Amino acid sequence: MTRPPPLSPHLQIYRLPLTAVLSISHRLTGVMLVLGLILISVVLMLAVGWPQGFTAFQKALQSAPGQSLLWLFIYALFFHLCHGVRHLLWDSLFGFEAHRQVHIGIFQIGISIFLTLMTFFLGQPELTP
Amino acid sequence: MVQFRLPKDSQVLKGIQHPAIIQKKGLRQIDIYRYDPDQDSNPRLDRYQVDPETLGPMVLDVLLGIKDQIDSTLTLRRSCREGVCGSCAMNINGQNTLACTEPLAQHSGSIKIYPLPHLPVIKDLVTDLSQIYRQYASIEPWLKPKGIPDDGLEQRQMHDDRRQLEGLVECILCACCSTSCPSYWWNGDQYLGPLVLLQAERWLKDTRDGATQERLKALDDTFKLYRCHTIMNCTNTCPKGLNPAKAIAHIKSAMVTIDKDPR
Repeated sequence: MTRPPPLSPHLQIYRLPLTAVLSISHRLTGVMLVLGLILISVVLMLAVGWPQGFTAFQKALQSAPGQSLLWLFIYALFFHLCHGVRHLLWDSLFGFEAHRQVHIGIFQIGISIFLTLMTFFLGQPELTP
Repeated sequence: MVQFRLPKDSQVLKGIQHPAIIQKKGLRQIDIYRYDPDQDSNPRLDRYQVDPETLGPMVLDVLLGIKDQIDSTLTLRRSCREGVCGSCAMNINGQNTLACTEPLAQHSGSIKIYPLPHLPVIKDLVTDLSQIYRQYASIEPWLKPKGIPDDGLEQRQMHDDRRQLEGLVECILCACCSTSCPSYWWNGDQYLGPLVLLQAERWLKDTRDGATQERLKALDDTFKLYRCHTIMNCTNTCPKGLNPAKAIAHIKSAMVTIDKDPR
């Protein structure tokens, strides 16, 4: 009996570089944004047709789990935006230098965190330092 | 098709711990993927202890040291031992590279050596690259001349023309890039992968080649070209410092120059 040749290990052993981690995160945040969009549609429909439901939803979003979900969504939005811009630059043939990949990656994460913090403070003017 | 886990027959089992030939301080632990097609068993990870002071500086020297002194059944491809033949491409501590140009000093602690990822294994570190070679042949990697120049002399290549091929002709077809690419792992049967696409760009960029339009048309395919999602593993791993991701971006951008058939 002959066995088929084994498949060599891949995801199990490969040390993914930052660009690869950002790439898969881009996909994951994309999925999160689509799911969030469904929630946003529900909120809009409640706001139009069912004020009591809207108030209940508002309460839920103000709770700790609700707040985490909200800020996760907002961070996903900015992460996806930043990596999307990087894809646009790549498609315009910019930013391929191997030695700069980690720097650009850290920069884009920094920008997405900065935008999230900006939203946090600007969205709540009483917290602005 | 996306398959995150290894098939049952391919899962790596705990292997044999080979005793060191001498006991002393400073021995390095090397874990190596082993598979013997003559035995009806799964691949395994064998552990060796080597004394780096008695061996050359590169990972290949260590592998050949093990083959020479500890276990002659260890099987690997190697030839030039200076990074021009591409035979000893393998996965060393999670990254694809050439064992002959990878200094042992780059790694601390134990070292794990696997064959190039997501390929059928023939034996130990020797993988079956026929799919990649078939795909390489499919891009017709040879010069298709434009025809005889007006002056009736030979096809000429000026210095500037040649310069456009730099960063492409240095490729040694070691397949580190294609086998580092998750997109190629999941869709390698249809996606050409970074190695073949960098080679395709090499012929697209050749000013003596007269088949640019046909070459582009042949590549204009959802799977062959556009499975590249700029994950950049290829560029990060290339042992020759080339940039397959950039070459693919250039092909994508050249696609807009295709003469579309009149409808």
